[in-house]
Amino acid sequence: MGLIKEGKLVNDPFKNVSDCETVPAKGPVIVSIDQWMVRRDDLLKRSDLIGIWLKSDEHPETIAGDLAYLSLVALEFPSFRDGRAYSYARLLRDKYVFSGEIRAVGDVLLDQLHFMARSGFDAFEVESEDPLDAYNIAAADYSVWYQQTGDGRLSAAELRGKGIRR
Amino acid sequence: MYRYDEFDHKLVQERVQQFRHQVKRRLSGELTEDQFKPLRLMNGLYLQLHAYMLRVNVPYGAMTSRQMRKFAHVARTYDRGFGHFTTRQNIQYNWVKLEETPNLLAELAEVEVTGIQSSGNCVRNITSDHYAGRIKDELADPRVYCELLRQYTVLHPEFSFLPRKFKIAVTGSPKDRAAVALHDIGLRMHLNDSGKLGFEVLVGGGQGRTPVIAKTIREWLSPEHLMAYVEAILRVYNLNGRRDNIHKARIKIIVNQLGIDRYRELVDQEFDRIKGDVKGIPEAEIQRIKAYFAPPEYEELPDFTDKLSTLRLADKAFDLWMSSNVAEHKIRGYAIVNLTLKAPDRVPGDITATAMDAVADLADEYSLGEMRVNHRQNLVFVDVKQMDLHNLWQKLGPLELATPNLGQLTDMITCPGLDYCNLANARSIPVAQDINKHFVDVDRLIAIGDFTVNISGCMNACGHHHVGNVGILGVDKHGTEFFQLTLGGSSDEGASLGDRLGRALPQEEVPAAIEAIVDTYMDIREDDERFLDTYRRIGMVPFKEAVYGSADTKVVV
Amino acid sequence: MSQMIIANRLIDGLVIYMGPKGEWVGSISEGAVFENEHDAQRWLVVAQQAVEDSVVVDPYLIDIDAGGGKSLPVGARETIRAFGPSVRTDLLEDAEGNGG
Repeated sequence: MGLIKEGKLVNDPFKNVSDCETVPAKGPVIVSIDQWMVRRDDLLKRSDLIGIWLKSDEHPETIAGDLAYLSLVALEFPSFRDGRAYSYARLLRDKYVFSGEIRAVGDVLLDQLHFMARSGFDAFEVESEDPLDAYNIAAADYSVWYQQTGDGRLSAAELRGKGIRR
Repeated sequence: MYRYDEFDHKLVQERVQQFRHQVKRRLSGELTEDQFKPLRLMNGLYLQLHAYMLRVNVPYGAMTSRQMRKFAHVARTYDRGFGHFTTRQNIQYNWVKLEETPNLLAELAEVEVTGIQSSGNCVRNITSDHYAGRIKDELADPRVYCELLRQYTVLHPEFSFLPRKFKIAVTGSPKDRAAVALHDIGLRMHLNDSGKLGFEVLVGGGQGRTPVIAKTIREWLSPEHLMAYVEAILRVYNLNGRRDNIHKARIKIIVNQLGIDRYRELVDQEFDRIKGDVKGIPEAEIQRIKAYFAPPEYEELPDFTDKLSTLRLADKAFDLWMSSNVAEHKIRGYAIVNLTLKAPDRVPGDITATAMDAVADLADEYSLGEMRVNHRQNLVFVDVKQMDLHNLWQKLGPLELATPNLGQLTDMITCPGLDYCNLANARSIPVAQDINKHFVDVDRLIAIGDFTVNISGCMNACGHHHVGNVGILGVDKHGTEFFQLTLGGSSDEGASLGDRLGRALPQEEVPAAIEAIVDTYMDIREDDERFLDTYRRIGMVPFKEAVYGSADTKVVV
Repeated sequence: MSQMIIANRLIDGLVIYMGPKGEWVGSISEGAVFENEHDAQRWLVVAQQAVEDSVVVDPYLIDIDAGGGKSLPVGARETIRAFGPSVRTDLLEDAEGNGG
């Protein structure tokens, strides 16, 4: 298991705090939406970064008003077949203008890396013996995209419009 | 016809390369079958009863002779010498080897066809009117929008893992030849009150075990908003569609659960939010794509109808073929020719590599090198000079591609059924062949007129049985194949679902039941009334009595 | 009821049966017939190992009618899997490449 950000294997500064654990006094934490609701005031008193973990049936709309306090939203793929998180990521970026980290967690299948990256994810928890190598192989799969997704990459149609040829 | 540029080619090559790597990982054991299955399915590769089956998209049913020759080559080199055209305007190969699939896909990529998203819970091949661009009653060529939608949906990052598969069809004509009301999204071009061209948008139609006729979600949508509106529908579906039960995961279920008004409200909210941002497709790009579908340079030809009349008078067989298989072209001196893949003893939709090559040659000689496949599993030459019709007919005959039964009772849609398919409960093809044996009298078939028989080997309804005038559904009863008949289905602009006739019949009783239904219809129809109209006027009872007898009817009703 | 083990070969997808020594054979006539449930289940474990080893996909037991000197599958589905589409008998070819 490793965390990939900006194409690099990085140490995860965040600690995942489960609902039965107590929140440590110091250090960045990721909590569930239930914990956030219950301990919101306590968490905000801490000076460290806060992230929220959303399950695939938890719509980011519920935390839309709190995004300003959050540095990270982890979107869970309970199975790689459950594609809701792609839409959640798009909504977080486009509709709620969230600029923090959107982390892919759970059943993160690297064959879908491009879909995630283009939908707004920028951090990936990768289950592999050599996460960086696996990531690099997957990242090399595509260089052409048909869709605009607001991730800054130009679509084929836009490149054509600019007269750019491959 | 659209042609790939370097971007399209690059993307498809990258896809093949990705799949090559995935196959390697599967064969080495790095990927389990569970992990690999969705990856292969999204490239069109199924594991069926006999072997791997590859489904290749023919985008909106349009093909060049070069592509058809490649289909022949693939059939010969990678399969057992034939292919099968399906109701989704695809071609399927039944004995493809996993280790050879990457090479096969690379060869297809050379001629700009792929298996991308021919399966999986994503947007499938966009289908359309097989007469697109060539028929008089059309408002605009739907293929332009089909191609825009193709590019928009291929490898869409957000919508490649929807709750379930998603089918889109587009028609540019008021006469619906694309069954748009049976699609997850159906787009029907029409003019609004101020005479501007746009789309009626239908949503939530589909067949399968819960057949539903699509509902209108928007009366009129301006073409420049097409992508934003489709995106809104897809996003609302991706977030709200059911993922707890595969049989309730299609958009039709959530549309029905929420109600069309609530679904519309959700879509409109999202559409209003994004329609300014989703620039969608730049105008230059739309013009670029439109240019590919500009009409070919037709010759100034005289109308040849009189001379054809002479030929028709001299040869009854030619006359029959002219009346049933040839349609009017919008350009004087030209015609549209349907090549039926429905010879009586053949498998509906199947075509051999040899015939594919011959069809490609004939398309070059007689149809400007282009052809179509329709959702009733027939081929179409769209640009044939009227003066060539007799020659073409003579050449199609020996290839068994001139059976004069288009739209008639023996032009049956037939899914592969239990002869090929893992999901099937019963064999469809032998039923079609049995029915054919009972309806050999050409004059009688003509007298019967428009009459669709659609056969599915299971409730997944790939054979469109719900919308056949007569639908036939294969069911398994304690290990024996039985067939359930429905009456009154239609997939055209007045789409309707068939009603169940009565208890399921054993295979050997099906042709006699069809005979009884036809005889009853011929007895009670008024003038030239179509079967569908007679059924709608009279209802089920006389047909039920004819098939089951009056005593039986009372019990079943 | 007698049984056999059927599967698809991973590399080409063709229908195969488990032979008497746990090997995989392309023709049903060479498949091992298990006369009791205990044997059938024991060999199914071997078949599962072949799944793990990426040799076969989706193995399962089928009922066999061994009367009349020949082992024939019971039911339309398994008959079609063993002998090919009933509508294209000209195509008969088994996983050994033996044409019919």
